[in-house]
Amino acid sequence: MTMKRRTVLAGLAGTTAAAALGVPTFAGKDKVKAGFIYVGPVGDGGWSFQHDQGRKAVEAAYGDKVETSYVESVPEGADAERVMTQMALSGHDIIFATSFGYMDAVQNVAKKFPKVKFEHATGYKRAPNVATYSSRFYEGRAVIGTIAGMVTRTNKVGYIASYPIPEVIRGINSAFIHARKKNPNVEFKIVWVFTWFDPSKEADAAKALIEQGCDVIMQHTDSTAPMAIAEKAGITAFGQASDMSAFGPHAQATAIIDNWAPYYVDRVGKVLDGTWKSEDTWGGIASGMVAFAPFNENLPAEVKAAAQKMIDDIKSGAYHPFTGPLNKQDGTPWLKPGEVADDGTLAGMNFYVEGITDTIPS
Amino acid sequence: MDLSAIDPLVLLASLMVAATPIMLAGIGELVVEKSGVLNLGVEGMMITGAICGFAVAVETGSPALGFLAAAAGGAVLALLFGILTQFLLSNQVATGLALTLFGLGLSALIGQSYIGIKPPHFDQLDIPLLKDLPVLGLVLFRHDVIVYLALGLVVGVWWFLGRSRAGLVLRAIGENHDAAHALGYKVMRVRMLAIVFGGALAGLGGAYISLVRVPQWTEGMTAGAGWIALALVVFASWRPLRLALGAWLFGGITVLQLNLQAAGVAIPIQYLSMSPYIATILVLAFLSSRSGRAALDAPASLGKPFHASS
Repeated sequence: MTMKRRTVLAGLAGTTAAAALGVPTFAGKDKVKAGFIYVGPVGDGGWSFQHDQGRKAVEAAYGDKVETSYVESVPEGADAERVMTQMALSGHDIIFATSFGYMDAVQNVAKKFPKVKFEHATGYKRAPNVATYSSRFYEGRAVIGTIAGMVTRTNKVGYIASYPIPEVIRGINSAFIHARKKNPNVEFKIVWVFTWFDPSKEADAAKALIEQGCDVIMQHTDSTAPMAIAEKAGITAFGQASDMSAFGPHAQATAIIDNWAPYYVDRVGKVLDGTWKSEDTWGGIASGMVAFAPFNENLPAEVKAAAQKMIDDIKSGAYHPFTGPLNKQDGTPWLKPGEVADDGTLAGMNFYVEGITDTIPS
Repeated sequence: MDLSAIDPLVLLASLMVAATPIMLAGIGELVVEKSGVLNLGVEGMMITGAICGFAVAVETGSPALGFLAAAAGGAVLALLFGILTQFLLSNQVATGLALTLFGLGLSALIGQSYIGIKPPHFDQLDIPLLKDLPVLGLVLFRHDVIVYLALGLVVGVWWFLGRSRAGLVLRAIGENHDAAHALGYKVMRVRMLAIVFGGALAGLGGAYISLVRVPQWTEGMTAGAGWIALALVVFASWRPLRLALGAWLFGGITVLQLNLQAAGVAIPIQYLSMSPYIATILVLAFLSSRSGRAALDAPASLGKPFHASS
């Protein structure tokens, strides 16, 4: 079943009446109804597209025992709360909220529907019926940082950042650390666009970065526009969330692919057999949640080898992308040599590492 | 902070591109307003043009056909506005606003199946010899044909309004439609033509965003460019050449803001996105403080309904 935001909102008037009467509409456990809300359109070719691939995997895995629905392009804020309320009222057993900004909306709706299970992507607030999950995207960023450091000729790497939240800052740090390891002269130019999905703004940001001499572009926004601009300018870029090589056959060195399918299949299965409980899952390359698009054939062999080694080392656990010695941006020590950052610090990361010249916007 | 990283020539070149959509939509709206009609639906016509152009370019593989379709799409929507306001005498402000909302919804509907699709490539027109000129080559002669079309249209409209007989008639209708009617000029016909012309140009401006500047389709991707175009007409006090300057200024602000960020200057993005409107308010305040002269700037019959019997 596919719903658009508008139809959901239109149907709301009728269903609030049902809520007032306190009619429980939960389905039995021999069949699970799973709802997904996406921050962008499923056709974004990036973040939301990948979540929808996960939804399709759930349908494929359980067939008749599961019914899924999704609502796309739901703004973070009051709209998200309405959409989730509507989903809970219409008998969904589990709801996947797939953007950081849905955090408070999830908390509010979850309180009202204690029997419905909620899964919030990339957040940190949990409750008995709210689990959180995320991927260690910073592991992927370590790999693309390595490639960026080796392929840049101008020593300027452009970074299109969305919002100053820990996940994004962590990604910038990880990419920067590993680019510097390969190339001590590399600089990062960071543009904050304050949106997850706005092709016009992302394209303009990519152009501005290229005009300032960047020959490698990284993005932490969801559209394929920066990739298309990079292709046009003949420079290198990295796909975000999904394989974007269709938009940049020459430009895309590789892409960090979010693979949500195993997680979604597992969680819906747990609702089916009644073993679901609130947890925090943070999977990375090792668990298959972070994957990569094939390396571009034009990449030099030594770059491919270095990137592959980084993937292998992180996968085997031999290497952690945040391993000391590392200083914070102001020069104060953060990690001693050999020390590895703990997950708590990483989850709330709100500082740059030494060498980044940007200021985190407040 | 490293301001030396900003190459002023490259900045000027991308400013030419950033200014094109609002210049096209603005010059179209200027002609409409000069004929005495206020069409606030520019945003709606732009976004409709953006999706019509995108869809046709994708289906046919030809960006040129896409631009034609964009102009047609904008013109059809404008025609609707014309019929409602000129023949059915509906309120121009309300109809224009409705046109914007309608255009946004309609384009989202048409665009459903075009999200995440790549449009055919639109080549830039490297003018031989001239493109190799130092300084000017980079800034002026390495753009696509629409950039030059926009500039040509500005000059064309300037000539038409100020130097041609038909332009004089159009202005007369905009200043006093009753007098023009009494002299035997076809008020409705001229206004309908102006409205359709304005719609076509707004459509072109929209398609420039979806086919060249981004190039991709997303719901609501014109993101207020239509409103900036409307502000631009007022900012230019209804003068074509001043409108071109304003478009460069407003377009330049967007480009400059991202360049400043990339160079490490932390300016909150919100200040720069409101700056075109602040500039317009300041110009309005300045113009209206000049007594007498200011009243001559706006067409006297702007927004007033016309009926031949009155």
